[in-house]
Amino acid sequence: MTERWRNSLLFAGMAALLVAVGVFQSSNLALAILNLCLISAIMTLGVNIQWGYAGLFNAGVMGFTALGGLAAVIISVPPVTEAWTAGGVRAVSGLCLGVLAIALGILTWKKLALNKTARGWASALIVVIGVVVMRWVIDPAVEAIEAVEPAKTGFLGGFGLPIMFAWMAGGALAALAAWAIGKISLGLRSDYLAIATLGISEIIIYILKNEDWLARGVKNVNGLSRPVPYEIELQSTLWVQSLASRIDINLIELSSIIVKLCYAGLFVVVLALIYWLSERALRSPWGRMMRAIRDNEIAAGAMGKNVTSRHLQVFILGSAVIGIAGAMLTTLDGIFTPSTYQPLRFTFLVWVMVIVGGSGNNLGSILGGFVIWFFWIEAEPLGLGLISFLTSSMAEDSPIRIHLLQNAAYTRYITMGAVLLLVLRFSPRGLIPERNR
Amino acid sequence: MIDILNALALLANFVIVPALAYGSQLALGALGVTMIYAVLRFSNFAHGETMSFGAMISVLATWGLQEAGITIGSLPTALLALPISIIATVCVCLLFDRLVYRYYRTQKAAPVTYLIISVGVLFVLSGVIRFIIGPKDQIFADGQRFILKARAFKEMTGLDQGLAIKTTQGVTVVTAVVIVALLFWFLNRTRTGKSMRAYSDNEELALLSGINPARVVMITWIITGALAAIAGTLYGLDKGYKPFTYLGLVLPIFSAAIVGGVGNPVGAIFGGFVIAFSEMLLTFAYKRVIAYLTPGDWVPDGLMQLLATDYKLAVSFVILVIVLLIKPTGMFSGKTL
Amino acid sequence: MSLLEGQAMFGGYGAADILQDCTIAIDKGEVVVVVGPNGAGKSTAMKALFGMLNLRKGSVFFNGEEITSMLPQERVRLGMGFVPQNSNVFTSMTVEENLEMGAFIRRDDYSESIAQVFRLFPALEEKRSQPAGELSGGQRQQVAVGRALMTNPDVLMLDEPTAGVSPIVMDELFDRILEVAKTGIAVIMVEQNARQALEIADRGYVLVQGQNRYSDTGAALLADQNVRKAFLGG
Repeated sequence: MTERWRNSLLFAGMAALLVAVGVFQSSNLALAILNLCLISAIMTLGVNIQWGYAGLFNAGVMGFTALGGLAAVIISVPPVTEAWTAGGVRAVSGLCLGVLAIALGILTWKKLALNKTARGWASALIVVIGVVVMRWVIDPAVEAIEAVEPAKTGFLGGFGLPIMFAWMAGGALAALAAWAIGKISLGLRSDYLAIATLGISEIIIYILKNEDWLARGVKNVNGLSRPVPYEIELQSTLWVQSLASRIDINLIELSSIIVKLCYAGLFVVVLALIYWLSERALRSPWGRMMRAIRDNEIAAGAMGKNVTSRHLQVFILGSAVIGIAGAMLTTLDGIFTPSTYQPLRFTFLVWVMVIVGGSGNNLGSILGGFVIWFFWIEAEPLGLGLISFLTSSMAEDSPIRIHLLQNAAYTRYITMGAVLLLVLRFSPRGLIPERNR
Repeated sequence: MIDILNALALLANFVIVPALAYGSQLALGALGVTMIYAVLRFSNFAHGETMSFGAMISVLATWGLQEAGITIGSLPTALLALPISIIATVCVCLLFDRLVYRYYRTQKAAPVTYLIISVGVLFVLSGVIRFIIGPKDQIFADGQRFILKARAFKEMTGLDQGLAIKTTQGVTVVTAVVIVALLFWFLNRTRTGKSMRAYSDNEELALLSGINPARVVMITWIITGALAAIAGTLYGLDKGYKPFTYLGLVLPIFSAAIVGGVGNPVGAIFGGFVIAFSEMLLTFAYKRVIAYLTPGDWVPDGLMQLLATDYKLAVSFVILVIVLLIKPTGMFSGKTL
Repeated sequence: MSLLEGQAMFGGYGAADILQDCTIAIDKGEVVVVVGPNGAGKSTAMKALFGMLNLRKGSVFFNGEEITSMLPQERVRLGMGFVPQNSNVFTSMTVEENLEMGAFIRRDDYSESIAQVFRLFPALEEKRSQPAGELSGGQRQQVAVGRALMTNPDVLMLDEPTAGVSPIVMDELFDRILEVAKTGIAVIMVEQNARQALEIADRGYVLVQGQNRYSDTGAALLADQNVRKAFLGG
């Protein structure tokens, strides 16, 4: 069987699974899964650029995803003018001061003609003073902003632009964070990058949860604008009504399906674009060099390739792709909820997708994103079914049975871990292995 | 003079005592990470969940003991449950080593492969934990709540500020001291402990000296499992057992290990306390301390807090970043026990 | 039969054989030196004798017993002591702990062996509780030799013991090695400093491209015109 056939078969099988959900459960659910599959596939492509092309372990996927979500808020929400007058300028200038202080600190560390200890203390002093000044500037502003109708706004709002722009902005924001973290931890031992990214992602979530003036924190920002029509609008449109009666389907359900299809269309376009670009990059001299570095860092370094700066490039690119996916996810949800970002779901699950799909192979990554997301969702009813079958001999009201059924949803964590371990052990190259070019 | 003592009591109550307890928990956790790194040479991302697993077993065993009416007076029953938890956690570690990690040793896999494997283990463990005990909080500390009550301290000293020491805090620090002493005795005084250090220092030469690597690896997992069970239980006892918090502990624990120099046990302990004290000192509101220390009735306007309490985690991250920038090998250079 | 003998050894690390029909033998109480140009396979021959490399052809005998497929650790138990060229001490462990680790396979009381090593290398006794990594290069080599002696081996194998030490230290190290040999332990070493090594050797082998080129007593090799010209710089 040729590779092309095999891959087509795998994807056809995946499509069949989705269709089966549409037939046996509901087409709405199938489309909902499909949309998240598409987003997962984009995230997986991002991680694959880092891991598959360069062997970098990014344990902070969650953080970059959340930054994408933040971008969706900042770009699409109209500015809260009251909040801006209350303390907008002050808050922004405070932020700028903070950035300036850190930049100055770094400059001092790098450029000042002193010995290492003196430079260290000097730059530490600058940063500390900077932070104190920043706090002094920003704190009253934050208080004022958060006091503006806290139940409805209490934050600065954004630019009020169409939310599609956020997809690019999310990429840019994630790239910026990746640049900073890559500068610090690349070039050191490989697991330092993992730990540093794990850290930055936790902190991004903390900031998003706590800085209410930025994106309302745990109060969430809901009602984000959409790139596609609303269900209500569709329901009052004539062609939708006539279509509903022609194929004999509930109008509300149809409108929801149409919305999901619109999203799916947009996501497919983005996915295809990113896939095409990543494939081009992989085949280019740049991609060949990246893989050469991955396979033998020492030799590549000896040949005069600047390994660290190449790694930085690839790390930024991959993170940007993850940021784009994050913005798309928040767009799809229509609501930005910082408390939903969990490392297991947003970082480590994406890793399972990459490994299962086939590290180093973009097509594999996409397939991995689809398959794992599908089973992540479907493992819940499956786990429940399994547990109720296993415990069917117990009494209906047995406390153990009730307890097990309550926690049945968590079997999917076990399943995912087991899948990852099994694939690594018995088929470490994944569903669609990397091609040897 | 009284004012200075009051300020000190205030600091002791809100910074020093909690930081000592938290630092002990982090130090025990970081010791586990460092042992794995020194011998098996990878960063074990699943260590937080291993701790959580140990704590869960302690919770369950405590319930069982309480049900059976077995307690130890004013001390938490969890102390009695600890041996059970240690055995269970060690078994889990050995099981995962046998089923998962061992194969990759024969393959001489790269450290980053181990890292991904530990993510798989992390998934499985967190699923098992939530499946067994559910995602909700469990409080299992019993016995007397305080060793020293704030009011008793005030009456004793006549100060305005109280100093309270929770039983869990006392138990944590004492247990940590005992465990660390035992560990260092083992590593520095026993033949097996020395062979572990030798293996960690120079694998090839250890092989030539007739040290059995399989045995060293097994003992490493036993020690790591025990440390994880103890650290997890103490943390849960002190703060209440919440399954999801343990994943968040991975960051401060790794920071602690790296600050001290990964692979170095002294460094791990040092790092644990550096992280704990920095967190507490940076997020403490100094308003009242300053009020005591300044003459007259002057009280500062703000809370005089450097960092909001919510940003505790950021402290360990910033410390991590500073160490990575200035001395990536840590204060005590690592890689050896 | 010799105490330790590698017969007609062929083998290497990858596809190509480094050793091409190499035979090395050592008798009780002898000091044997293996010299030769860079890349001649001297260290490889030593590793082959100690089982750190799989032989494709040929065999190794120790005390008349065939040990060709035995693991290095098992050879240590039989009575072979090996001092690798690089990282041959536990740098983070004290001198004394290094010696203890050398005696790891011994279950009896080895305090006499430690005392013996300290008699041989008095400088080490003063530094017994210092980490070996903090010692000078020459003292480190002493620790490495001492570690290998802790199993009371019948044969001591040294892979370039004088690499990277000053000439004075080298002379002292050779003196110590002769003293070791006097206690009845056979010593075989690979040496870069061929002339000095052959001066203290009972017998010597000159390897070229993994093959025995000359083998004779140390004095005879030193006197041999061809050997002098080609390998000893005239």
